[in-house]
Amino acid sequence: MSPLVLPVALPWVGAALLALLPRLRHAAAVNCAVSAATLLLALWAAASPYAADGVLHTDALNLPLLLVAAVVGASTSVYSAAYVATLGYDAARVRVYHAAFQGFMGAVMLALLADNLGVTWVAIEAATLASVMIVALPRTAGAIAAAWKLFILCGVGIGLALFGTVVLYLAGQPFTGGGMKGLSWAALRAAAPLADPGVLNLAFVFLLVGYGTKAGLVPLHSWLPDAESEGPTPITAVLSGLLLNAALHAVLRAKAVVGANPGAIPPGTLLLALGLASVLLAALSLSRRRDARRFFAWSSIEHMGLAAFAFGLGGAASLAGLVHMAGHSLLKSAVFFGVGRAAQRKGSQRIDAIGGLVVNHPALGWALAAAIAGLAGLPPFALFASEFALLTDAAARAPLAVAVLALGLVVAFAALVGILQSLCLGTPTPEPAAPTANRAAGGPRTDWATVGPMLLHLLLALGLGVALPEAAGAVLRAGAALAG
Amino acid sequence: MRFGQLPYDAAHLLGGLVLLLSFVLLYQRRLGAVIRVFAAQGAVLAAAAAWQGWVQGEAGLYVTALIALLAKAVLIPLALDRLVRELQLHRTVETAMGVGPSMAAGVGLVGLALLVVLPIRLGLPPGASGGLRAADAIAASAHGALTRESLAIALSVVLLGMLMMITRRNALTQVVGLMSLENGLVLAAIGVAGMPLVLELSTAALVLMAFAVAGIFVFRIRERFDSVDLLHLDSAVPESDLPMLVTAADPAGGAAGAPADIPTGIPTGIPKGGAAGAPGEAR
Repeated sequence: MSPLVLPVALPWVGAALLALLPRLRHAAAVNCAVSAATLLLALWAAASPYAADGVLHTDALNLPLLLVAAVVGASTSVYSAAYVATLGYDAARVRVYHAAFQGFMGAVMLALLADNLGVTWVAIEAATLASVMIVALPRTAGAIAAAWKLFILCGVGIGLALFGTVVLYLAGQPFTGGGMKGLSWAALRAAAPLADPGVLNLAFVFLLVGYGTKAGLVPLHSWLPDAESEGPTPITAVLSGLLLNAALHAVLRAKAVVGANPGAIPPGTLLLALGLASVLLAALSLSRRRDARRFFAWSSIEHMGLAAFAFGLGGAASLAGLVHMAGHSLLKSAVFFGVGRAAQRKGSQRIDAIGGLVVNHPALGWALAAAIAGLAGLPPFALFASEFALLTDAAARAPLAVAVLALGLVVAFAALVGILQSLCLGTPTPEPAAPTANRAAGGPRTDWATVGPMLLHLLLALGLGVALPEAAGAVLRAGAALAG
Repeated sequence: MRFGQLPYDAAHLLGGLVLLLSFVLLYQRRLGAVIRVFAAQGAVLAAAAAWQGWVQGEAGLYVTALIALLAKAVLIPLALDRLVRELQLHRTVETAMGVGPSMAAGVGLVGLALLVVLPIRLGLPPGASGGLRAADAIAASAHGALTRESLAIALSVVLLGMLMMITRRNALTQVVGLMSLENGLVLAAIGVAGMPLVLELSTAALVLMAFAVAGIFVFRIRERFDSVDLLHLDSAVPESDLPMLVTAADPAGGAAGAPADIPTGIPTGIPKGGAAGAPGEAR
């Protein structure tokens, strides 16, 4: 058995363990331990040379995303340990929550590592089902509605992606020889120049719309704001940080295959158009949101749109896109940790109910302010570097599109600065009860389980932005070249 | 296999039956009838899979057929029937679009599927032997022509499933629409010679799981709202984002769910040039 199986198998073994664990008191600790071990395995995979083993492989494109996924998963498990303790769930729900969390992590790892369209598809469907289960857990009307929407819309999206998979297999079949090899991304990419462009076009449109649904690209984004505002906060952090990346990664693989055929429609143009539409719609929607988590869910749509735009442009901009994906995962999950904690403290996640965090909760307030500033694209965090590189590159190659993009960015920037001021600065809003008396508010330990992971993410996003080691930079450049 | 030969004709007859049953699903007015038509579609799909198994000499496809028969023709319909009985749902189908317009839209979608799929050329491009012997190359392109037409049928079934999800407001009929969509996917996968088995198996297994999840939801929704009409869901979301997409001309936003709103906001504008562009336009 190759070591590549381990980062996938371990979370799934953990999920089974957590579903059967007799003593629930340790469930959160086991969850943290499994996530930490997964992170170590991912680091090990990153330190080893690139490998290919049957349906799994590592290369420069999936390794950075794998590492980010493992880091976000590990820090989310720390945050969730403190978060779940404040919810007062019964035993069955705690079991479902932890098992589905690890099931989701394993599925995301598999989706990233798979060198096989079929396996990628199965993994993304499994991740969807696991996230549906968690989003429904609060059992409020809003949560059930959100889970239903997630299930139905992503069910359709995943169906379209499967159709695209079948068509892409058909396109490559005469050249790959069929069988399991006929579904390998690498084999398909090698066969693409020979295949019929019409079939490739058809396959790409379905894969783009299907996985684009999961990546939160307009026009099939509407499950995302609901799922991210109604489910438990930890799942919001991993949905935003991991699932969107895994889906966009699948789109990029499909783009690399179709892009290898000169006769096919340039796949970048479609991706660019969807990305631009996502940025614009999200930017215009941001200022109208009154729910803090819904606001940041819309901001996820904006950032995934930016990344799609970058990859659509291709060439040098792909590097910006890859850095953007990684930086967005880190910063957005940090923001969700902070907003989730603030909502617990204030007893509401409405934007006007949360205010002046830095006065009463300085550590939480300043960490959240820094993370939001990073999301807005302010230096010195990674998103500044990626957005700057994207804009300068795009200005030379697609000046018209970049004017529209810049408009969206400015509107979104204004909205993010506005929410930074209203959440973190200004006069503090009242809190419902003394934290010690109110179980739902948690204590100082909960605060540190929130601020600790946030600081880690901020530090990593800072490093990605200003102090990237040369080796890591080389991997990212190679990954961007793979995405095309 | 050539035109006019039994293996080809029978495969297309079965595929055509699945497509026909998709249309039949569209005009049912009773929940019980919807469930029975869905069961029939599952049975025909199983027959199609078994037939392909025989034609292609692929034993794995018999397993696919068996799964389709057990799950889609027997177990799921039984469970749905039980849900309807136990929850005492309204026995009528609540539509967001009349039967006439949905049938017309369905015909349009089938036309679209044919327009999109039939021009493609499968198999080897002329002149490029791809390292194959000449006889193999000819066989490959003949097979490509046959596969192309079953692909067009499968795409039609997928699009009709989407149409059903869009035009029905009841959670249960939406689930049936989703599963009918997945029937189309299985139809596409079995028509492709040599498609690795893992896909069909996992499709079947995941449909089951998806159904389990969905079943729980229907229960919970019922528990929560005393109804499985999805309009109640829409108004439960405090700040629905849907109106942004659906009713650009309606500044009031219709957050409480105007009757014409599609609860799940399924494709209201998939990019042009995409094969799936019509459902939104059909509204």
